[in-house]
Amino acid sequence: MGLSIRIRGGTPLRDEEFREIIKEIDSPRARYNMAAGEAYSRFFESLRRGEILGTYCPGCGLVHIPPKIYCPYCFRYLTKWVRASDEGRVVTAVVSYLSATLERLEKPEIIGIIRLDVPGYRFTSYRFPGILHRICGASEDDVKSQRIFDARVKARWAPEDRRIGSINDIECFEVMWR
Amino acid sequence: MKTNIYVKSRVAIVGAGMTLFRRRMLETPQELAWIAARRALDQAGLELRDIDCVVSGSAPDAFDGVHLKGEYYSEGAGAIRKPHVRVFVGGGTGVFVPIAAWWHVASGLCRRVLVVAEEKMSSAADPHPQAVFRHIWDPFTEKPLNPNLIWIFALEMHRYMHKCSVSKEDIALVAVKNKRNALDNPYAQAAANITVEDVLKSELLVYPVNRLDISPVSDGAAALVMVSEEWARRLTDTPVWVDGIGYTLDTSYWTNRELSFPVYLKNASEMAYRMAGIDRPAKEIDVAEPYDPFDYKELHHLEGLGLVPRCKAAEMTREGVTQRDGDLPICPSGGLLGVGNPIAAAGLMKVAEIFWQLRGEAGRRQVKKSVTTGLAQAWGDLMQVGTVVILRR
Repeated sequence: MGLSIRIRGGTPLRDEEFREIIKEIDSPRARYNMAAGEAYSRFFESLRRGEILGTYCPGCGLVHIPPKIYCPYCFRYLTKWVRASDEGRVVTAVVSYLSATLERLEKPEIIGIIRLDVPGYRFTSYRFPGILHRICGASEDDVKSQRIFDARVKARWAPEDRRIGSINDIECFEVMWR
Repeated sequence: MKTNIYVKSRVAIVGAGMTLFRRRMLETPQELAWIAARRALDQAGLELRDIDCVVSGSAPDAFDGVHLKGEYYSEGAGAIRKPHVRVFVGGGTGVFVPIAAWWHVASGLCRRVLVVAEEKMSSAADPHPQAVFRHIWDPFTEKPLNPNLIWIFALEMHRYMHKCSVSKEDIALVAVKNKRNALDNPYAQAAANITVEDVLKSELLVYPVNRLDISPVSDGAAALVMVSEEWARRLTDTPVWVDGIGYTLDTSYWTNRELSFPVYLKNASEMAYRMAGIDRPAKEIDVAEPYDPFDYKELHHLEGLGLVPRCKAAEMTREGVTQRDGDLPICPSGGLLGVGNPIAAAGLMKVAEIFWQLRGEAGRRQVKKSVTTGLAQAWGDLMQVGTVVILRR
């Protein structure tokens, strides 16, 4: 063992050796209660009503979705709330075969970034109101063939009585193939 | 050459050391840190009593399962009765550690600094070390969608493929090259002679990412000794100068921008080039270790660093320019894809590799051309930070 440190720079272990030397198994449990803040509180209320709200920065012209009370680029206070369309375009998309903890999913999920339309506002190709969400109405092949890029999508809302003021009040963004 | 007039002392690297990078190591975080630190001191010809200050880095505490991890491993890093600071910028940490050490020396605060990065990911065993990354997201707008870390890279990779017309085959060539380079690296965990076909046929995780597109989970540590000009001259005939440092952040709201080009890195590298007096990076950088936790990231970062025109990195890779015997050798160490990815230690390994390359000490990994200027880079936080150092002999 000493030789291994001096000559090789450490002692690699095989799986079974690793299991033998384990001395401590620790499983911390922690629950957090997180306040949603000024901007998100209003954002989640709007989702419950079936609306997507953002805040407009007169400095750079960007509409922040999800909204912020400040513009991180211009560092000014934002007071103008604007309503975005629940439609937009797919900027990029992937097919996930793994869960959040890397277990294999039974049914793969399509995930994407959606650039939302905000009527009356225009954005550069570098910065725009974009959000992460699930995409539905598309196949794995639509993603792999890149047909899905730039496709128009529309939010599929959860039934009104099941909305809780969460990003999941939108079930997914559904592709509107034409 | 140097344009920064506020620097009290030029800063040099005079020694480097590292441990093996492996999936599971017997050693504790302290022991790993000590092995790397001891080796760096040995190469510099110094003892711990010669060290004024210690700068260290490590990624999320949740991997080791010890909060206050910096304090926990600190004695292995030599941080006893000396000023010590631990820095952290996610995946960018490994290159940020020598940047923070540079402040210490350039400011005149310390003359001889021990620089250590350590990571022990194997402790986070259940269900997988990756699960630690469940807790890096926005808790309101992203986490409820149950994301895994591979999503964001897959989203960025696919955007890059779409925008630059790059194929999965083109990208797989990076994994093939780096894993092959690692065959000559005695510390490497994932060295292999594989083909593009092997990458494409490996387990599909999140399309377009397959298993062999990704670097492995690792344990390991790396260390440097960084000193003032006066001490560099005293200790060695072949110091390697840290002539440029750069680091910038973008916002963590990564879904609101064009992902095909890393602006966070363009800004960081321009800061470093300016400091090093480099006007034409593509001509003046002889060898580089851009951050390659995923194969497409090497291409993406080569473009962000301005070493290759936008969307041209795949073509250059195909033509063999980035091979160890090519005109611009990239990741001669084997990179994260080949050597392994103990997060902070992996970034510092890249700096150590450029140090060894510039001194002609890289053994079988030594690049064919003569090299005087090299660059190492890392990237991290939530698609936010670029960290860059430029070294010269």
